Amino acid sequence: MTTTALAITERRPGLLGWLSDQFWRHPGMFVLLLLTPPLLWLGIVYIGSLLALLFQSFFAIDEFSGIVDYSTLTLKSYAELLRPANLDIIVRTVVMSALVTLASAVIAFPIAYMAARYVRGKWKALFYLGIMLPLWSSYLVKIYAWKLILAKEGILTWVFESLHIGFVLDGILAIPVIGGNSLSVSYIGTFLVFVYVWMPFMILPIQASLERVPVNLIDASSDLGATPQQTFRKVIFPLALPGIIAGSIFTFSLTLGDYIIPQIIGSSRLFIGQAVYAQQGTAGNIPLAAAFTVVPIVIMGLYLWMAKRQGAFDAL
Amino acid sequence: MKPVLRTCTAIAMATVFSGQTMAAEALQTLGAGEGQLSIVAWAGYIERGETDTAFDWVTGFEEATGCKVSVKTAATSDEMVALMNEGGFDLVTASGDASLRLVAGNRVQPINTALIPSWSTIDERLQNAAWHTVDGVHYGTPYVWGPNVLMYNTEVFKEAPTSWNVVFEPMDFPDGQPNAGRVQAYDGPIYIADAALYLMSHKPELGITDPYALNEDQYAAALDLLRTQRTLVGRYWHDAFIQIDDFKNEGVAASGSWPFQVNLLAADSPVASVFPEEGVTGWADTTMLHADSKNPNCAYMWMEHSLSPKVQGDVSAWFGTVPSVPAACKGNELLTDEGCANNGYENFDKIRFWRTPTTQCEQGECVPYYRWVSDYIGVIGGR
Repeated sequence: MTTTALAITERRPGLLGWLSDQFWRHPGMFVLLLLTPPLLWLGIVYIGSLLALLFQSFFAIDEFSGIVDYSTLTLKSYAELLRPANLDIIVRTVVMSALVTLASAVIAFPIAYMAARYVRGKWKALFYLGIMLPLWSSYLVKIYAWKLILAKEGILTWVFESLHIGFVLDGILAIPVIGGNSLSVSYIGTFLVFVYVWMPFMILPIQASLERVPVNLIDASSDLGATPQQTFRKVIFPLALPGIIAGSIFTFSLTLGDYIIPQIIGSSRLFIGQAVYAQQGTAGNIPLAAAFTVVPIVIMGLYLWMAKRQGAFDAL
Repeated sequence: MKPVLRTCTAIAMATVFSGQTMAAEALQTLGAGEGQLSIVAWAGYIERGETDTAFDWVTGFEEATGCKVSVKTAATSDEMVALMNEGGFDLVTASGDASLRLVAGNRVQPINTALIPSWSTIDERLQNAAWHTVDGVHYGTPYVWGPNVLMYNTEVFKEAPTSWNVVFEPMDFPDGQPNAGRVQAYDGPIYIADAALYLMSHKPELGITDPYALNEDQYAAALDLLRTQRTLVGRYWHDAFIQIDDFKNEGVAASGSWPFQVNLLAADSPVASVFPEEGVTGWADTTMLHADSKNPNCAYMWMEHSLSPKVQGDVSAWFGTVPSVPAACKGNELLTDEGCANNGYENFDKIRFWRTPTTQCEQGECVPYYRWVSDYIGVIGGR
C-alpha cells in the first residue's frame, strides 16, 4: 500500500503535538513565551528593586532610636543631601570620577592605538591578554597590594629613596588638598588606584572603535597633504570618539559607585558609595542612603543621554 | 452614638497599652533550648578557637546546651543598632552608646535576673549601671568593659606620653619630627566625646562636666579641636586590622586605640599603651536580648554562660578588657592574676563610659546624637 501525501496533515496526537501546532499557528505566542522570563527578571528583580529603593528615599528616620518612620512621605532626606557636608561628598565623588575618566582616556588611547594598528598575530593575543590579565585576579587583592605599594614604608617610597629623588615624592605630597602624609592616605593614591583598576574598561572600547577606522581614509588624508597631526585631529580622533565615550561610561560610573577603594586607600573623606554604605549599614538611615543612591543615577542618566547623542553606543 | 465612640476608643487604647506592657514583660520561666542562637558582637568577642585554639568559649557551650551559635560581627555601635533594627538576631553585645537607643526603640526586652543564677556574682559597680538599667528595669547582663587607651610607638616615644595632646595639638614628637600624618583618630561620632574630655582639663572655662552632655558652645569647641586634629590625621581608623597595618607600614606613632590592637601589636612591634592624665573614654558592653527573639531560652543560657569566670577571663585576655565578674580576675590561665589590673580594673572611676548623647541633659539642652553623626562626617570631610 502506498501513502499519498494529504493536503492537510492530520492533527498529531498528544499534548506536545497540540502545543507544536499552536506555536505554528500563532508565531507570536512563541516569542511571548521566550521573552516573558527575561522580561520578568528585568522588571521585578532589576527595575522593581530599584523602584523599591527609590521609594525608600521619601521616608525619614527618627533620629534617636534610628527607626524609619514609614507613615509619612517627606522630602526631608533630599533636603539633607544639600547639607554642606553631604554636598561635599557628592562634589568630591563627581570630580574624582571626571579626573579618573580623563586620565584613563589619555593613557588608554595610545595603548589602544598600538593594539589596533601595529600589533599583529600572536603579539596581538599577548596584548589582549596583558590588558585583560588584571581583571582575572581578585579586586580586593589588587587594592591591598596597592596599599602596600603606596604605603609610607612601601615599595614606591623605597624606589624614590634609592634613586635619591625622595624630594620629588615629598614635593608631590606637599601639595595641599590632594597631598598627604603618604600616597596611601592621599587623594593622589585613591586616584592612581582608580585609574589602574578601571583601565581595561577604557582600552577595549577605544580599541574596538579604532579598528573600525578604515585605513584608506587615513591614506587619503595623507595623499591630500595632511600632516600626521591633522590626520589625527580631523580623521582618527572624531572616528574614535564614540569608543572613548563608551569607555568613559564605564570608568565614570564605576568610580561614581565604588566604595572599597576610597575606604582602604585615601584620607577617610567619604565618597558617595561609602556614604550609602555608611548610612544604610552603619547608621541604619536607609532613606538618606536611598537619596544618596539617586544622585549617581541622575548623573549617569544625564551622561548617557549626552553620550547617546554623540553616538557612543555604536561602538559597544 | 457618643458613648459607643467613647467605648470604642477606650477598648482601642486598652488594646494598645496592654500590647505594650506585654511586649515589655520579661520571660518568667526557662524551657528547653531551641537549638540555635545568633549573636551580633564586636569582632573578637565570641571566639570559637578559629583564630587561636586556646581561645574558645563557644564550643563548650554548644556541647552543653545544644544551642548552635552563629555570630555576626559589627564594627561600630551604629552598625549594631542598624542590625538589631533589621531583626533576625537574638543577642547583641551593645556598648553604652547603643544600648539606650535599643531600649528607646523597643528593640530589646527586659530580662528576668532571677533566671540568671550568676547575676549576684556581677561586679557591684556594674549591676545597676545606667547604660542597661532604665527605671530600675534591667535590659541585659554586663559582658566586659574596657578603656580607649593611648597607643604609641616606643621607638618614637622613649618615655610614655602623659597627655592626649599628642593626638590633638600640632607638635613635634620626641624624635624631632612633627606629628602631622603620624596620628590617628577613631572613625566614629562618639569620638567627639574624647575631644570634649580633653577640653575638660585644658579649657575648664567651658564648664564641661560630662563629655556626653555638651551644650552648643562646648560642642562647637570640641568640633574646633577635631578640625585641628583633621590636619594631623592621615587616615581615621575603624577596622582594628587596618590600624594595626598602619602602625606597621604607615609610620603612625600615636592613636587612641583598644587594648585589643595593643596586645596584638606588642607581640612583634615596638608598641605600648598608656592612660593619659586627662582620663579616658571607655566602653562597657551589655548582652541584650532582642524583643522578637525566636530563641529566648538559648539566649538566657548564653547570658548565664557569659557570666562564668572562665568565659569572662578568657574574653578579657583575648580582647584586653576587664571582666564584669570579679571572680574572673583570679586563677585564669590566659588572663593571669595581673590581667585585670593591667587592663584597668582599678581605673573604673577614671573612665567615662560611652553613652548616647541626648537632647535632655543636666545643664538643660544638649546636642543630640544625630548631629554628632552628621557633624563628624563633616569634620572628617574637612568642614
